[in-house]
Amino acid sequence: MLDLVWLIPALPLAGFLTLLVLGRRLGEPMAGWLATAAMGGSFLATVAVFLGLLDRPGDDRFFNQVLFEWVPAGNLSVDAGFLVDPLSITMALFITGVATLIHLYSVGYMHGDPNFSKFFLYLNLFAASMLVLVLGDNMLMTFLGWEGVGTCSYLLVSFWFTSEANASAGKKAFVTNRIGDWGFMVAMFLTFATIGSLSYADLISSSMSGEIAAVTATGIALLLLVGAAGKSAQLPLFVWLPDAMAGPTPVSALIHAATMVTAGVYLFVRVNPVVAAAYDWVPDVIAWVGVLTALVAATIAVAQNDIKKVLAYSTISQLGFMFFAIGSGAYVAAIFHVITHAFFKALLFLGSGSVIHGMHDEQDMRRMGGLRRFMPITGATFIVGWLAIAGVPPFSGFWSKDEILLYAWADSKAIWALGSIAALLTAFYMSRQVFMVFFGEPRWNEALPVAAAAPGGNPDAEVEPESEDVAPAEVDEHPEHHVEDPHESPWTMTLPLVVLAGAAIVAGGLNLPFTPDLHFLGHWLEPSLFGNEAHVDATTGTKVFVAGFSVVLALAGVALAALVYLQRRFDSAVIEQRAFAEGWWIDSTFARVVAGPGRQLFDLAAWFDRTIIDGAVNGVASGVRVGGTALRTLQTGYVRTYALAVGLGAVVVGAWFLTRASF
Amino acid sequence: MIAAGLSNLGVLAQIAEFTPLDTPEVQWAALLPLLILAGGGVVLLTVSSLVKAMAAPGVNAAATVLVGLASIIACVPVWQRVQDPERGPFTAVGGVIGIDGFSILATGLIAASVILAALLLDDYLRREDIDGVEMYALLLLSASGGVIMASANDLIVMFLGLEALSIAIYVMAAMHRRRIESQEAGFKYFIVGAFSSAFFLYGIAMVYGATGSTNLVEIATFLANNLLLRNGVLMLGMALLLVGFGFKVSAVPFQGWTPDVYQGAPTPVTAFMASAVKVAAFAGLIRVFYLALGTYSLDWKPAIYALAVLSMIIGATFAVVQTDVKRMMAYSSISHAGFVLVAVQAGTEKGVTAAIFYLTSYVFMVAGSFGVISLVGRRGDAAHSLDDYRGLSRSRPGLALAFTVFLLAQAGVPLTSGFVAKFNVIAAAVDARSFWLALIAMLASVIAAVLYLKIIVAMYLTGDDAEADDSVAGPKVSIPLPAAAAIGIAIVATLAIGVLPGYLFEVAGDAVPVLIALP
Repeated sequence: MLDLVWLIPALPLAGFLTLLVLGRRLGEPMAGWLATAAMGGSFLATVAVFLGLLDRPGDDRFFNQVLFEWVPAGNLSVDAGFLVDPLSITMALFITGVATLIHLYSVGYMHGDPNFSKFFLYLNLFAASMLVLVLGDNMLMTFLGWEGVGTCSYLLVSFWFTSEANASAGKKAFVTNRIGDWGFMVAMFLTFATIGSLSYADLISSSMSGEIAAVTATGIALLLLVGAAGKSAQLPLFVWLPDAMAGPTPVSALIHAATMVTAGVYLFVRVNPVVAAAYDWVPDVIAWVGVLTALVAATIAVAQNDIKKVLAYSTISQLGFMFFAIGSGAYVAAIFHVITHAFFKALLFLGSGSVIHGMHDEQDMRRMGGLRRFMPITGATFIVGWLAIAGVPPFSGFWSKDEILLYAWADSKAIWALGSIAALLTAFYMSRQVFMVFFGEPRWNEALPVAAAAPGGNPDAEVEPESEDVAPAEVDEHPEHHVEDPHESPWTMTLPLVVLAGAAIVAGGLNLPFTPDLHFLGHWLEPSLFGNEAHVDATTGTKVFVAGFSVVLALAGVALAALVYLQRRFDSAVIEQRAFAEGWWIDSTFARVVAGPGRQLFDLAAWFDRTIIDGAVNGVASGVRVGGTALRTLQTGYVRTYALAVGLGAVVVGAWFLTRASF
Repeated sequence: MIAAGLSNLGVLAQIAEFTPLDTPEVQWAALLPLLILAGGGVVLLTVSSLVKAMAAPGVNAAATVLVGLASIIACVPVWQRVQDPERGPFTAVGGVIGIDGFSILATGLIAASVILAALLLDDYLRREDIDGVEMYALLLLSASGGVIMASANDLIVMFLGLEALSIAIYVMAAMHRRRIESQEAGFKYFIVGAFSSAFFLYGIAMVYGATGSTNLVEIATFLANNLLLRNGVLMLGMALLLVGFGFKVSAVPFQGWTPDVYQGAPTPVTAFMASAVKVAAFAGLIRVFYLALGTYSLDWKPAIYALAVLSMIIGATFAVVQTDVKRMMAYSSISHAGFVLVAVQAGTEKGVTAAIFYLTSYVFMVAGSFGVISLVGRRGDAAHSLDDYRGLSRSRPGLALAFTVFLLAQAGVPLTSGFVAKFNVIAAAVDARSFWLALIAMLASVIAAVLYLKIIVAMYLTGDDAEADDSVAGPKVSIPLPAAAAIGIAIVATLAIGVLPGYLFEVAGDAVPVLIALP
């Protein structure tokens, strides 16, 4: 059954190709059903491969399928091949599972959209790329998927809505991702230069045999960290992710929460022997990047009013948890959190999509409230997601987050402390969101308080107050504007919510801490980790303390939020600091740097082009024009400038060769 | 020198005795692809001026396409003969033309460029009221010059090919009589081209002076067997040859003419310039430096290294700040030239293979790109600003998609030919231990990505929230069938090479040039 592995990415790819040719003709809803069926088939294929792998003894769970020799470059030969091992198949299982549900959900969500079939086209292409990324047996295959998911994300954000704002959001995603890709590319060629191969098998075996020197391994690991930080939205490259939420909600759920952004985590778990072979401060760097990301993003999430922006920053924060898990050597916990996060974050995003759908495209949480009465299924499932991410036992998020914090405790108390604060904030901002949206009084007929609107969005804060001023006036003129009550969504949307909610409750059972026998995920992933998983020799007392402290933090966060947002004991402005709402001005600083020094570099090039290259000494140019010489310039440059450049170039080249000459 | 003098005396003696001259063995069959191109041009010109029916629309273009196809087909048996291990590469016309996998592949690529350019020209010439057959005839003659240049086994012959290629191009660039930019482009190209030809010719003279021959095999043999104690003349000769080639491949700092000429020339001609001329010039460069001057690679490698770095970085950076799409593509072609130079700089068989691979991929993606640009330029060949592409995805989704594929390929996105091409080049550089060059190449490709993105965004930005309604509609572009065919061929090639690069890689490996002495 392991031979079926090629089917896993091939089915969504086939769906993509079919939609490419027939998409428009199939139309709604056939195109959606076709894409969903392709995805479901891929999930079944994954299950079959999983069962095949399970049949094998523990230390023989590696299977390599080579489709064809992709890039035969002399002594370098790169195959288009798949690597089936516990790690890749675990990733594939939840990717195909969650993707199938999100496809199904999209059939309802995208109803009536003029680009219905195009949407599923991109979605299938994305799933195929993501599966190539995790199943590829060499870095180049991973890079292919890596670029593919990036392109799809870009297409879905900026091509979907053709407005200028989305195009610029897409551009930001593109540029930050290119920085990350550059890191990945350089890491790839450094690997090739060192071991003459790009396959993971060779990379892993040479890291373990010591063939790769510590300094080289450090270089590879740090370059991969650049790549992973770009794709997985870590400091300082996270700026693109919140903007990417401009795309349709299922896209946010699938691409920007559940799957693509975890690619960086996957990559590090895949190459864990390289990290082990690197200098021992490398894991610390990874851990600090992760924990600072977790903390900063959590503070920003506290002050967002857009229902999706909260979830976006929450995603960044949770990815930070996974990174500091890797830095602490808790690879199993990192993957565990990837899985539970995929379930509850997809659930929360789809829930928010359902809310947006039911609220007729309202995204501002200040205009919601009391929704659980109008949208019972969405409300109940969203609450499950909330409890899971907040870390309330026995929901899944508690188990994975607790395990990460335990490893952090063993690794470094400072990281554990900062991570705990981030966990507290997580419980707080998620509770804030739930209370604002599903509890309290309905507010969709109320005008927004103008003063409160000011610190709303982050990058376009200057524009926003203006439009907010207009909104209340409209409400006054048309009292019926928002009177229509929210409604529950169709079954295609609520069914995935229910399934994901079920998964978000029970997924903790994958890796329970009580006895070693219950470490199902830990045992399963063991062959892929080569003994690089850290060992925590904590006493039961310590474990209980850490876990108990996590629970206290989670409950404290919930309680605090209840005081502020349900009982209104405190003014929320105390907590929603301007620095938080503006995202610590990281984004605007970036914009300023890119628009300032970065822009100046290009301006310099432009000036150089105009002035020197084009030889446009204006006085002379007009003089020549008056004279009407045949040699005058019409478009740009003078021939003599070019001839001069050729001549000078020749002198320099000649001078070089003459330094090599003997007379 | 004494030996040469003696043989000259011998020749004189033969003439004195009225014995018939030894005519070199020509190997007509092997020259067939070249003869078809050159002969096709002459015959087309003659027949068209005699037969009225040839003036019917499309006939000349169809004839040119057929000539190109015939030339490609004629390449097949020669390729098979060369690849046959028992027969192998050989020379023609007394050792001045080398027939190896390299020259045949270059011939095929140049013929393919002819076909693509002819398909693009057909509608273009009618649209712009440029009548007559001259453009097609010049196209074929220029291509034959390129083939000579790529196959030359002798510096003088290579110079002849270079001039035949260039002079026809000068005229073609200026063919658009009513566009003053076109005239200007031709004129500028001519002047700077003549200037750089002088460098090239002087370089030949110096190499001859240092080695006593213009034949590549004899130069290589001489340099391998003799240690030059005073090699100043040879060094200067190499420098001047490099300047000549640098001009033709538009490497910085010899690139100044490129944006003006690419922008001013009729767009289908630009497509031909960017594809065929680059192939011919790089083929010549590889033949001379890799084969004949290989023993001095330690001396020329650093120079090519510098040209590669400058071309990649300056090409990419300047491209980003342009607003005219044709100029953008011109700068981007400079950047691409830098990439090929990276491969040449490796100075290994792997590097040459990567260069061949890159050129093959590049021919199709650049011809396709200029094909789209030619259509969007519309009547007057003037609508080339970025604004003219706004909303193309709405008015012509297919065309916008095609351009997107070409641009992604130029940016080096996986599953397009450009990715594998760039990958091979960088792998060759890494293999040759040129790590910094590889890093710079990757950096340049990241900068250049912004440029291609700019165009893609312009096409897909339909401006839904803009006030002007006409911007939503996008440009009204008509797509004639031949041009669509050209773009289609380019798309298929770009994607096929990207998905299954193995075949082309084998071909490129078989096409590494070799030195072939006279039997």
